[in-house]
Amino acid sequence: MKHTPLYQAHIDAEGKMVDFGGWEMPLNYGSQIEEHHQVRSDAGMFDVSHMTVVDFQGVEAKKFLQTLIANDVDKLKIQGKALYSCMLNENGGVVDDLIVYYLSDEDYRMVINAGTTEKDIAWINAQAKGFDVAVKPKLDLAMIAVQGPNAREKVFAAIPGSEEVAGELKPFNAASLGSLFIARTGYTGEDGFEIMLPEKSAEFTWKMLLEVGVRPCGLGARDTLRLEAGMSLYGSEMNDEVSPLEAALTWTIDLTDEDRNFVGRKALEALRDKGVKKTIVGLILDGKGVIRDHQKVVTSLGDGEVTSGTFSPSMGKAIALASVPMGATGSCEIEMRTKLVSAKIVKPPFVRNGKVLV
Amino acid sequence: MSEVRDDRQYTETHEWILDNGDGTYTMGVTDHAQALLGDMVFIELPGEGDEASAEDEFCVVESVKAASGVYAPADLEITEANEALDDEPELVNSSCYDDGWLVKFKADGIDGLMSAEDYTDTLD
Repeated sequence: MKHTPLYQAHIDAEGKMVDFGGWEMPLNYGSQIEEHHQVRSDAGMFDVSHMTVVDFQGVEAKKFLQTLIANDVDKLKIQGKALYSCMLNENGGVVDDLIVYYLSDEDYRMVINAGTTEKDIAWINAQAKGFDVAVKPKLDLAMIAVQGPNAREKVFAAIPGSEEVAGELKPFNAASLGSLFIARTGYTGEDGFEIMLPEKSAEFTWKMLLEVGVRPCGLGARDTLRLEAGMSLYGSEMNDEVSPLEAALTWTIDLTDEDRNFVGRKALEALRDKGVKKTIVGLILDGKGVIRDHQKVVTSLGDGEVTSGTFSPSMGKAIALASVPMGATGSCEIEMRTKLVSAKIVKPPFVRNGKVLV
Repeated sequence: MSEVRDDRQYTETHEWILDNGDGTYTMGVTDHAQALLGDMVFIELPGEGDEASAEDEFCVVESVKAASGVYAPADLEITEANEALDDEPELVNSSCYDDGWLVKFKADGIDGLMSAEDYTDTLD
């Protein structure tokens, strides 16, 4: 199995290691519920070095990204500004979801998912033929996400010089500090940073963060946090067969510029004109139990399926994201083990910035 | 690694059973099982006086990771369920052999249980 530069740090912290798409990663360091609360109330850090950074450089970098992804990088004018988007196939299905950072019209940085890296790079390279752009996967970069209401203050205390460059950063913006790239982004619904850095600096930076009281958190807490925040997970809420229009990701598609023929646009417009049949909603279980992935959801408009189910530590109840017939509202039933259990359909997010919203 | 106690017996499905010596038994999940399941979030227990036949699923322990059925080791009648688990399911994680017990029941003996030593051997 593959190891990140922080593998030894996880072992030292008694991380419970699991196979995550070929990477040996920490599921938790004892209790994923405690780690979850740590992020909602203070600050926790995640090793996300298994994700991949790809740089795009060249005179046609902007033109290429306007073709490659469904959101429009023309929105990005300020250095360090970030944009969330999907990259689609010709059928309008999602190849991957990603964040792209603007450095200049000839220089962009993208972060893609770990499990899809090989597929993505092959896809990107195939699309890049004929464009004057260099596609550079930066496999030698590590990434640490520090998240929570006190995350920024703790990063400033742990990393000398970080407050000077990142103290004034607005959400969804990034700045460089030498070889570090500090982005005010995340996947938890809390404030914080995602820090990309050379692998040889990773262990030292992790230790500095530990010293200022940032607690390591594993993939278990990462999943409950992102689910409470109503954020999609590639492979669960969307995949190669699912359109962003069917995954409550319409806001990530920009059709404004009629001349921008990004990959998948024709399929998206055809689906939109024909009528989108399903979407992603949130579910809250009324009673006891935990909603699990792939359980059947029965609504007044027809059946759907749980795409991500879990127990919400912040709410003390089971919650889920589910794919259901478009327009389904009110109450529904979930087939759990042998019985039908009643649940409520809500609009995500469930929790943001430490507060329960539903 | 996992704690196994000598004063009780074990099932192949990672439950422990303590003979109280008065025709009743106390049952819970082992340290190995709780570690494997991770943080407990709900424990569904039968009520006092409920009866179960051998091999019936009569409790469910649900963790962040999975729901896991607990099966009756013999024909039995519940004498007490651990109500503290309603509010503190995490007792199963923190104290699986003491405060995190699941149920007490009456039964006319239980067949097929393993000694602590034999159970420990299955964990390797």
